[in-house]
Amino acid sequence: MATLTETRDIAKPAEPRTDTHYARQVLNRQRSERQGGRMGINEESLARALGWFSIGLGIAEIIAPRSLAKLVGTDNHKPLVRSYGLREIASGVGILTNPRPAPWVWSRVGGDMLDLASLAAALKSRRNERGKTVGAIAAVTGVTALDVLCAQQLSAGTGGASGRAPMQAEASLIINRSQEECYRFWRNFENLPRFMSYLEAVWSSGDRRSHWVARGPGSAKVQWDAEIVNEVPNQRISWRSLPGSDIENSGSVEFEPAPGGRGSIARVQMDFGQPGRALGKLLTKLMGKYPERIVMKDLRRFKQVLEVGEVITTEGQPAGRSSSTTWLDSIAR
Amino acid sequence: MRANCWQGKKKMQVEDVADPKILNSQDAIVRITSTAICGSDLHLYNGFVPTMQQGDIVGHEFMGEVMEVGSAVKNLKVGDRVVVPFPISCGKCFFCQEGMFSLCENSNPNAWLAEKFWGHSPSGIYGYSHLLGGFAGGQAQYARVPFADVGPLKIENGFRDEQVLFLSDIFPTGYMAAEACNIKPGDTIAVWGCGPVGQFAIKSAFLLGAERVIGIDRYPARLQMARDKSSAQTINYEEADVLETLKEITGGRGPDACIDAVGMESHSPGVQYAYDRVKQAMMLETDRPIALRQAILACRNGGTLSVAGVYGGFIDKVPFGSLMNRSITVKTGQTHVHRYMRPLLERIEKGEIDPSFVVTHRMSLNDAPEGYEMFDRRDGCIKVVLKP
Repeated sequence: MATLTETRDIAKPAEPRTDTHYARQVLNRQRSERQGGRMGINEESLARALGWFSIGLGIAEIIAPRSLAKLVGTDNHKPLVRSYGLREIASGVGILTNPRPAPWVWSRVGGDMLDLASLAAALKSRRNERGKTVGAIAAVTGVTALDVLCAQQLSAGTGGASGRAPMQAEASLIINRSQEECYRFWRNFENLPRFMSYLEAVWSSGDRRSHWVARGPGSAKVQWDAEIVNEVPNQRISWRSLPGSDIENSGSVEFEPAPGGRGSIARVQMDFGQPGRALGKLLTKLMGKYPERIVMKDLRRFKQVLEVGEVITTEGQPAGRSSSTTWLDSIAR
Repeated sequence: MRANCWQGKKKMQVEDVADPKILNSQDAIVRITSTAICGSDLHLYNGFVPTMQQGDIVGHEFMGEVMEVGSAVKNLKVGDRVVVPFPISCGKCFFCQEGMFSLCENSNPNAWLAEKFWGHSPSGIYGYSHLLGGFAGGQAQYARVPFADVGPLKIENGFRDEQVLFLSDIFPTGYMAAEACNIKPGDTIAVWGCGPVGQFAIKSAFLLGAERVIGIDRYPARLQMARDKSSAQTINYEEADVLETLKEITGGRGPDACIDAVGMESHSPGVQYAYDRVKQAMMLETDRPIALRQAILACRNGGTLSVAGVYGGFIDKVPFGSLMNRSITVKTGQTHVHRYMRPLLERIEKGEIDPSFVVTHRMSLNDAPEGYEMFDRRDGCIKVVLKP
């Protein structure tokens, strides 16, 4: 039912782009140039591979410390090898579960240093098989190089990918109503709070201008003025915050007829501005790192309001616990 | 009010909770006069349905009297006697308009979550996990019924509750399973599971013109009900080899259609059960598809496999090659109850069927936990009706 598309070129009519479209195209091109300019390895999948490697090695170190010590030609240091195993697993889990794994990959680099130091110490002891130890040092050095490369790329990337780029989201949904009905409802911006969860109110203040009030965490409120920058009746509306407002954001919605007379397909693009700025910060709080989830859920509510007249809820129903709904519902809605 | 709440695996508890209120303008509040425990409630009870939450009010087979209606309700008024279908459906979306009510696009407020699990979301269902909306269910004194103009069926004649209650789920569910078999005169239909849905599938298969219906189970009381109430042939799978017996009955060809009225907690004697039980316990599969596998292998070439039993997640070792190479059609789905309520009420009115034949136990709502325990042990317990 729902499709989140990053590839907007598929099935898009070749019509003149709105300002938002244009801005997005430029941005995407800049992004892909930035990424393409690297080595051709995707640092995220490299990090994932390193994460799994960490976990695998860690498990081996914990389960079979003796064999592992033998493999690298050192004396049997069971507790030490096991503690290194724990460290490996921690790094691995950190890399795999963290949306920003850079610090965890750096933790691997630190671990590599420790490994190398231990192996170097082992070289001094006559009891050890030095040939094997040298081999192990070579192998660890190779992995260290990979870790450093990956960590550097990730650290450089975090600034670009999620630090400074505007928070954007797209969503589309089929609605069992005509283009005209969808357009008419959306065009009256005072309707937006009925389905956009973070809005408290919108007032149309004349022709193309409107005043928006968003709910923040607690009782915080954020307000700004916006204007319609482009509209094609029954097909498209684009809006953006007025230049000079505290908040910088823009959005557009397009309605196209669904094949076979099955209503229309609404496609929404939202740009919530720089995450560092007020609304961006607020929205980051509200929707974590996934603004597209909010946009998709809002669009689903738009569909409900249009098709059945209201958004169905279970808020306030009885239950054999203190609250009518649970954490699962709040994630899902 | 009193309501039966899920408090964890194998733990149902009747508690005092708040009375339901109108939350949407198309809601109605129903005072429940009869409510039943469904076989699919046992999947909740046994902890196999994901996203159940402590304190959820369960139950999705209920009927009663309208106490209050929301401002937008037009077809119902206070005092109407209604049976409530278990899927919640808006009546306005593409799927409702196509008659696929259990796939309503607007009734699951947690659709986003369901999409993560299943790709797309079906409709909301009363008291059946947060994946399906997290709606309070009907094993209670009162229930809130959303989209009251779309779902509830008015009962305007003097039928007893037990004669019409099962229009809420199991009668339409058994009927839809039989209808999916596209039965032609002379057909032989095999039904795995002679619980309440299986009993209605057997009856419905005969109503739709099947020549022979074979019920498969391991509980003598259920097999006997299938023989006595519907003149079915029966196979006790603990005593006979099901595939061999079916071949013998059909001269080697196999039944024209096979109905799985068992679902995710299937049993069998022998290793297969142990295999699936272990995989299920290790979370390597979520559902045990033993009956399903057998039904596929038993089905005649070009026949139909109709799945009415509930599955939740992933199953393992399904003989898909058998399905593909032998041109078997698979039909399944949560029941589009709204579509069947009126025509099946007419069959009841004409005296073609009296659904109350499945009831074996009548209890007070307060004894619901005991009812679950008994139904789960199954011996002689086929259908429990609770009186709030």
